[in-house]
Amino acid sequence: MWKTILRRVLLMIPELIALSILIFLLAKLMPGDPFTGMVTPETSPQAVEALRIKAGVYDPWYVQYWHWVVRMFHGDLGMSYQFKTSVGSLILSRMGNTIWLSLLTLILSYSLSIPLGLLAGRYENTKLDKGIMIYTFVAYAIPSFVFYMLGVWFFGYKLKLFPTSGSVSVDATGTFGYLLSRLDHMILPACLQAVLSVTAVVQYLRSEVIDNKNQDYVKTARAKGVPEKTIFTRHIFRNSLLPIAAFLGYSITGLLGGSIFIEQIFNYPGMGLLFMDSILNRDYSVITALVLLYGTLTLIGSLLSDIILSLVDPRVRIG
Amino acid sequence: MKKSKDTSNFAMIVREFKQDKGATFFLFLLSALILFIYIYAAFLDTKKVMQVDILNGYSSPGKNGHLLGTDQGGRDVLKYLVLGARNSLNIGVTITLIVEMIGIAFGLVAGYYGGLVDNIMMRFLDFMMLLPMLMLVIVIVSIIPNYNMLDFILVMSAFLWVGTARLIRSKALSEAHKEYVYAAITSGSRPWKIMLFDMLPNISSLIIVDLILSLTSNIGIEVGLSFLGFGLPDSVPSLGVMIGLAQDPDVMTGSPWVWIPAAVLILVLCVGISYVGNVVRRAFDAQQRLG
Repeated sequence: MWKTILRRVLLMIPELIALSILIFLLAKLMPGDPFTGMVTPETSPQAVEALRIKAGVYDPWYVQYWHWVVRMFHGDLGMSYQFKTSVGSLILSRMGNTIWLSLLTLILSYSLSIPLGLLAGRYENTKLDKGIMIYTFVAYAIPSFVFYMLGVWFFGYKLKLFPTSGSVSVDATGTFGYLLSRLDHMILPACLQAVLSVTAVVQYLRSEVIDNKNQDYVKTARAKGVPEKTIFTRHIFRNSLLPIAAFLGYSITGLLGGSIFIEQIFNYPGMGLLFMDSILNRDYSVITALVLLYGTLTLIGSLLSDIILSLVDPRVRIG
Repeated sequence: MKKSKDTSNFAMIVREFKQDKGATFFLFLLSALILFIYIYAAFLDTKKVMQVDILNGYSSPGKNGHLLGTDQGGRDVLKYLVLGARNSLNIGVTITLIVEMIGIAFGLVAGYYGGLVDNIMMRFLDFMMLLPMLMLVIVIVSIIPNYNMLDFILVMSAFLWVGTARLIRSKALSEAHKEYVYAAITSGSRPWKIMLFDMLPNISSLIIVDLILSLTSNIGIEVGLSFLGFGLPDSVPSLGVMIGLAQDPDVMTGSPWVWIPAAVLILVLCVGISYVGNVVRRAFDAQQRLG
């Protein structure tokens, strides 16, 4: 058990180093240098040049890389030229919004896909199963942002059921009103995202249930007279659900990647929107930090999935 | 199992389509749509269609001879739509072909040699899978000076081949331990000849299915990036740019004819192509075949 986790964590280290080198080189290709945002028109060119030499702009790339990594471990990610604050605090202030939206999406997505997967597996090859399979197929095939746009247009603008942009309305009063307003702003994007993200879990759960149906323990339960309903809700459900837990890590990764589209469309001030804003304003220090953060989170997500899987399924452990 | 031993791949696909009425419908719809797009686009002049005529902006459908109305610059929506769809299809097909070629080469080599070679190549694949692809493409597109359509295709291909390589590698790994490969090795064939002339034909059905299915996702990603403003260069008509116009609430509600046709067209194309792809996959899989 611990061996597996340790091995997995050790494997992560070279990946992390490769990722950071790649992003560092990409950052070098971007125009501008660490002083963007600090230099004013009054600064003399000599002073800038002195600053450059002092900061080691002319050092070989691996020396610069090393300094960059050391700075990063001290929490110094540079300055945002657009917002005139440190990149670290800027990202932290946006991170909460993205995390809450992702969390709500995750809850909605699982509470939709688990019943659907169980039903499809239990009533295999019936009309219900076929209907669910068509739904998951369409949800997988269509480009997500088109669906979001149609969703905003229909539910937000035509039916006027939900707010269409921002994360909280200006006139929200009191703690409770504030929370309610936040939730109100998150419901539509979270629902739209959840409806599209069911495919993997439903299909996996369905085939798990179908596999389990003919297992000996189910036959035993049936033979001793356990009602069919209880067999599905207790025996099979528990056994099929465990592997689904392993999807969690990958789900987090998927949601983060999708946050660019959903936040752009809903003008929701999270990290995805920050990324798009920074790209448009050429705020390169923020871009570098965000790409590195997303890459690291993806790494952690897949690590999490592997650990959960090895906890749940002893077969994937290494001796 | 009925007699299916000596039927060719093509006959199998035809029979599967006959069994599935929905698939036949989609196949005809798609063929008609694609034919219409390519034939109509052949008669259109991109420069003329892209010409801005502000006075005619946002005229609603049916007026002044514009069947689907005009966008903010007075461009005919139907003509723009046809050109955009053709570009999306062209780029989707090009990227898919490049991606398949890289993926097949990578997968075959890793699968054929196995062992240490496979291990090293898989580490590299694992690393590629971790990269936040969407972000990196956007960053690279925004720092390339004078960027054009070819750059875009290359940047996309650089990231998208990973999935195909993984798929081909896992199949090639199991093929590499079959008797015909051992026979070829014993008789002194060179490795590249074994991979190209012995293993490749044996995984061709997998490749065909992957081609169709990755075409959908590649079109989707291209349209998505164009929607965000980091796909095709501005001068090239694109479905994504059209849908992107609706990010302005006035356009979204005030003149829905500008973007809804593009949204519907992309939905129909994506669902249709993956539906057809799924039927082909079923045809190749003896356990799932309907007919």
